[in-house]
Amino acid sequence: MTDATPALVMKGIRKTYRVGGDDIVALDHVDLTIGSDEIVALVGPSGSGKTTLCSIAGGLLSATEGSVQVGGHDISHASARELTDFRRTSVGFVFQAVNLVPFLTARENLLVVDELAGRRLRRRGAKDRANQLLEELGLADRAGNLPAQLSGGQRQRVAIGRALMNDPELVLFDEPTSALDSKLGDQVVRLIRDEMKARGTSAIIVTHDDRITHYADRTVHIEDGRIAENLVGSA
Amino acid sequence: MRLALRELRRRPGRFAVAAVILTLIAMLLMFLGGLLDGLLGSSTGAYRAQRADLIVYSTDARTSLVRSRITPEQRRQVEGVEGVTATGGIGSVQLGGRLGDQPASRTLIPTALFGYELAPRGLPATPPASGTVIADSSLKAHDVKLGTTLLLGPQRSPVKVVGFVDDTRYSGQGTLWGSLDTWRRVLAANIPSQAVGNDVVQALAVRTSGAAPSTVGGAIDRATAGTTDTLTLTAATNALPGVSQQQSTFEQIIGVTLVIALVVVGLFFALITVERTALYGILKAIGASSWTLFAGVVAQAVVVTLFASAIAAAVALLLDALIPPGTIPFDATPSRIASSVLLLILAAVAGCAFSLRRVLRIDPAAAIGTAS
Repeated sequence: MTDATPALVMKGIRKTYRVGGDDIVALDHVDLTIGSDEIVALVGPSGSGKTTLCSIAGGLLSATEGSVQVGGHDISHASARELTDFRRTSVGFVFQAVNLVPFLTARENLLVVDELAGRRLRRRGAKDRANQLLEELGLADRAGNLPAQLSGGQRQRVAIGRALMNDPELVLFDEPTSALDSKLGDQVVRLIRDEMKARGTSAIIVTHDDRITHYADRTVHIEDGRIAENLVGSA
Repeated sequence: MRLALRELRRRPGRFAVAAVILTLIAMLLMFLGGLLDGLLGSSTGAYRAQRADLIVYSTDARTSLVRSRITPEQRRQVEGVEGVTATGGIGSVQLGGRLGDQPASRTLIPTALFGYELAPRGLPATPPASGTVIADSSLKAHDVKLGTTLLLGPQRSPVKVVGFVDDTRYSGQGTLWGSLDTWRRVLAANIPSQAVGNDVVQALAVRTSGAAPSTVGGAIDRATAGTTDTLTLTAATNALPGVSQQQSTFEQIIGVTLVIALVVVGLFFALITVERTALYGILKAIGASSWTLFAGVVAQAVVVTLFASAIAAAVALLLDALIPPGTIPFDATPSRIASSVLLLILAAVAGCAFSLRRVLRIDPAAAIGTAS
């Protein structure tokens, strides 16, 4: 898929937090554009603002100043309810601790995204899509297993499948390899790249892991709430 | 909602503690309700069976049958009031009874002998012949059978049982229903100080038509120049000795039990919500609204409450079937069970409100940047 519309356009993003009467600046006039099938590794020291940037791109937080467009949709002034709908329909998340719903099978963990929409907004063919994703992720024979019956890598793959269920414009990965050993981490990174590229889906991967920067199209360094450096990747 | 119900199905053990406590509370609630209904039923059956709209007492009786006397003159005045379609005299006397073949027995069967004219529910329009009575079926527990002769009071006045009627107990005693003549004769023999002349009764049961019974009641009291005190049947039933006191006492205990149920549900689901903070953060991050998550909490509370109520209802019905008549006044009625379940569900939903604020406060942004 090659769509001219960028997956993410952030302009002049500023985010401040009020702490004890003082304004703490988490992001300071950040500009970032991500192409429609681009994979960006977001790196930086702790407290540099990468989580805040990721949260604003995913509609988890609202910026204090600036504009955010995801897939051409401006979410800068969206209400909390609109942001909830936006997260359900337009972005995917893969969290650091995987965090699958422990009492749901692998297939049900994918379908939970659809179920959260409520009966009225539930999409047809969600089960077929979940089965297809599990097949593509090599988990077809594990579809009926609970997370506790899966290995760390399998759980991470289920989490990736869940992030792709709503066919998102953008997937946000939060330290996806931090809980995995180096061999498994490498497999997961390859999988992320293959899946994103196969679907033409953009991704931001928050990481400290050099293997990810190697596989990313571009590496963005962030320090003290400002983008410090943009490097083209070598994959 | 489906997510919450699936959790209940797949992790029932997680809800076992709440289910057990709620089952005990539901059993207590239904047992208290059953006792209240049993007590009220055994106190008021003779009045609830009356097919009348009003009960007329003499004013000085202060709504007590024992003290009340209605003279033939007062009765004529009552019958002349517009809206009165029928009147029937009522007389009662509470006496210990002995089975006819055990006249020397020291074990007395508590009975209340009623004389009637307007037939209450389940009784023949014409009262049984003098010296015969129809007995409340609860007296069967005292070996009273069809054809049994009961010897009433210290004078052992004989009355023969010629039939049975259900649910007409009075002040916890089994009733005997006969003619006013039978009542006058037994009363005069055993409590001469309370004996009444012919045509004098203790109270009148009055049927009305047209205007509201309470309006007719007011007209009756005016027609008798204030020498009567007329109550609607409901008011007369509630005015029976001990009825309103029993009701208010039990209702207070039931109210406290419901508050305990509310607190149990509230605390349990508040704790579960705290445990689920991370999971709810993730679900909110991937598009769940706070209301969807809260609806799941409520659904789980309602299902657990319904489960607990079903067990409690089965136990209550079993108790009702097993308790011998005339021992513990316990009556598990469908309406009492249904109202208990409804109140428990309301308490459960209200208890869940403790969790609402916590669910609303969970920040989906917390799902990112945390390792657990």
